[in-house]
Amino acid sequence: MRKLMASAYKEVLLLLRDWGGLAILFFMPAVLIITITLIQESTFKAVGESPLPIVLVDEDNGEIGRTVASNLREAPNIQLVTEEDDKPIDKARARTLVSEGHYQIALVIPEGISRELNEKVSRNVDRILGEFALVDADTANAASDEREWKTQEISIYFDPAAGQTFRNGVKTNIEQLLAKVEVRKIYDIFIDQMGLEEDPGLLNGEIITFKETIAQKGNDGIIPNAVQHNVPAWILFGIFFIVVPLGINLVKEKNLGTYIRLRTSPVSYAIVLGGKILTYTVICLIQFMLMLLIAKYVFPLIGLIEFDPGGQLPLMLMIALVAGLAAIGLGILIGTVAETQEQSAPFGAIFVIILAALGGVWVPTFIMPEIMQKISAFSPMNWGISAFYDVILRNGTAADIAQPLAYLFLFFATTLLAALFYDKRNKTS
Amino acid sequence: MSLDFTCYPDLNNFPYFRHMDEIIRIETLSKRYAGSDRYALKDLSLSIRKGEIFGLLGPNGAGKTTLISILCGMIKPSAGALRFGTLDYHRHARQIQRQLGVVPQEYALYPTLTAEENLQYFGSLYGLAGRDLNSRIAEGLQRVGLSAFRKKNIKTFSGGMQRRVNLLAGILHRPNVLFLDEPTVGVDVHSKEVIMALLHELNQQGTTIIYSSHHLNEAQHFCTRIAIIDAGSIVVEGKPGRLIASVAGATSLENVFIHHTGSQLRDYA
Repeated sequence: MRKLMASAYKEVLLLLRDWGGLAILFFMPAVLIITITLIQESTFKAVGESPLPIVLVDEDNGEIGRTVASNLREAPNIQLVTEEDDKPIDKARARTLVSEGHYQIALVIPEGISRELNEKVSRNVDRILGEFALVDADTANAASDEREWKTQEISIYFDPAAGQTFRNGVKTNIEQLLAKVEVRKIYDIFIDQMGLEEDPGLLNGEIITFKETIAQKGNDGIIPNAVQHNVPAWILFGIFFIVVPLGINLVKEKNLGTYIRLRTSPVSYAIVLGGKILTYTVICLIQFMLMLLIAKYVFPLIGLIEFDPGGQLPLMLMIALVAGLAAIGLGILIGTVAETQEQSAPFGAIFVIILAALGGVWVPTFIMPEIMQKISAFSPMNWGISAFYDVILRNGTAADIAQPLAYLFLFFATTLLAALFYDKRNKTS
Repeated sequence: MSLDFTCYPDLNNFPYFRHMDEIIRIETLSKRYAGSDRYALKDLSLSIRKGEIFGLLGPNGAGKTTLISILCGMIKPSAGALRFGTLDYHRHARQIQRQLGVVPQEYALYPTLTAEENLQYFGSLYGLAGRDLNSRIAEGLQRVGLSAFRKKNIKTFSGGMQRRVNLLAGILHRPNVLFLDEPTVGVDVHSKEVIMALLHELNQQGTTIIYSSHHLNEAQHFCTRIAIIDAGSIVVEGKPGRLIASVAGATSLENVFIHHTGSQLRDYA
């Protein structure tokens, strides 16, 4: 035990005097979590909370154009743009503005669309009412005359950089808006043609509405937001980045010659590694707490939403502990196998980035292609993220995260045993 | 303050050393590394007696480092028997390692730790602790003239200072057998004198020294017995004076060395 503690104390001293290593362990993850969350938060806002600017070119100047404009103007998440330098934007300019990336969407209401719609709807209404003899015969006959209708197209220009999902979402919203305008028009003409003096109010209020609820266990759940998605993901990324300094530490030890002293002393390699495991586990937990404190106290100061663990701190700490062990196991394996820092540092860093990408740190796994989702299931980062999400977003209990934690611990045990086996094989080969 | 480097534990207190002169026995030892088509050591047999300063000399790639690595417990032999007193190396590795001291050619120290912190750590690996450990460190540092630098980081030390701390780290636990690999390489005359004086002192107090070097002149004057090893086997063995006398016209160990190993370059890859 004394030898283990001496080894751990030595590791602490080595770390305290390695400013580069400390920067990798604490400063870089802190910068990372703030930067990435800020970027992702603003992206999230761009498609969600902050107004989305839409250019509207109203060549119609009729009822449809006015209705679309007024609906867009009233929408809370849309900023209507119709002018540029106090001059109305025309169709060609709208297309240019979008193609140059100044705006993501432009909507062009063609000339005469209101008139055409008005006429088409009036004739159809007259024809229907004529069949019930609710209009005079001349009107009904005139409505029955075959006439070729000119197809009117509303043009939507999208920024080439806009994703398909975003385009589909906007298109659906505009289609819904136009459908409402059409229904309203039909309804108004019916009211007018039927000679009703008062609107019976059939279109007032929604007949079918939606209630949006986040499916969580229990009733005291917190509503997920970008911060709650990003914080655990990047905490995990930071924890796994411990692979780099730990790998360097082991390789340095081998190259310094201290390895010879360690291997010839009456101490098992497991004790030497135990000192490192103990120290780096504590580092992981400090790192976790530091990032949590940043998310709680620094985020609100820079305009981000405060991260609230929602009483799940002990479980989160447990995940950080086991994820830390998994990262340490990987770092020990890389450091044991690598012969130079040039091998261990880039390999460690790139491998962690690959694990993060596969694990869903950047892109959620559910939108990955099926094959990638299958591969993702083998990333320890994925096990960690799913455990964090179970706890934070789904109010999970210790039993809910037992499986991902078992996987992470198994990963730690496997990598550690592989490192010990490799070391022993080298000794006998 | 005089330094007491009496061997601990005293070999005479161990039943397996009582009435025995031999401390290490090597019998038909062979080592072939995985993937290599040649033997690093081939059927090597050797006996090292208690209290000797045994020189292990040979050209590059002769097998010296492999032999020392096996004797220190770093690597395992492919074949052969190895005994430390009555103890079998394979079965009592930890027990034997407790009695060994190793001073590698590399500065086997942590550059960002102080001399004191390095010695505290390496001492603790041999079970030393508390006042005993600290007094050994203080005495050792004083003996090698580094008391004033005990709180300084090793990376600020000159080559000679690092060599002296390197040596201290290997003898702090007062080993019965001390392995030295080029203990004076790259040091100035003053540091070399301190190191050699300390080694003589240790030997006089009973420590067996196994010394490997390319400094043939130093070996000639320092060692009580020498083995020249080449191509994994011992080509000649004996006291330095006798070895010199055995080669016609030889005036130094260097002549003996060339006589037995030839003049051609030994390049291996």
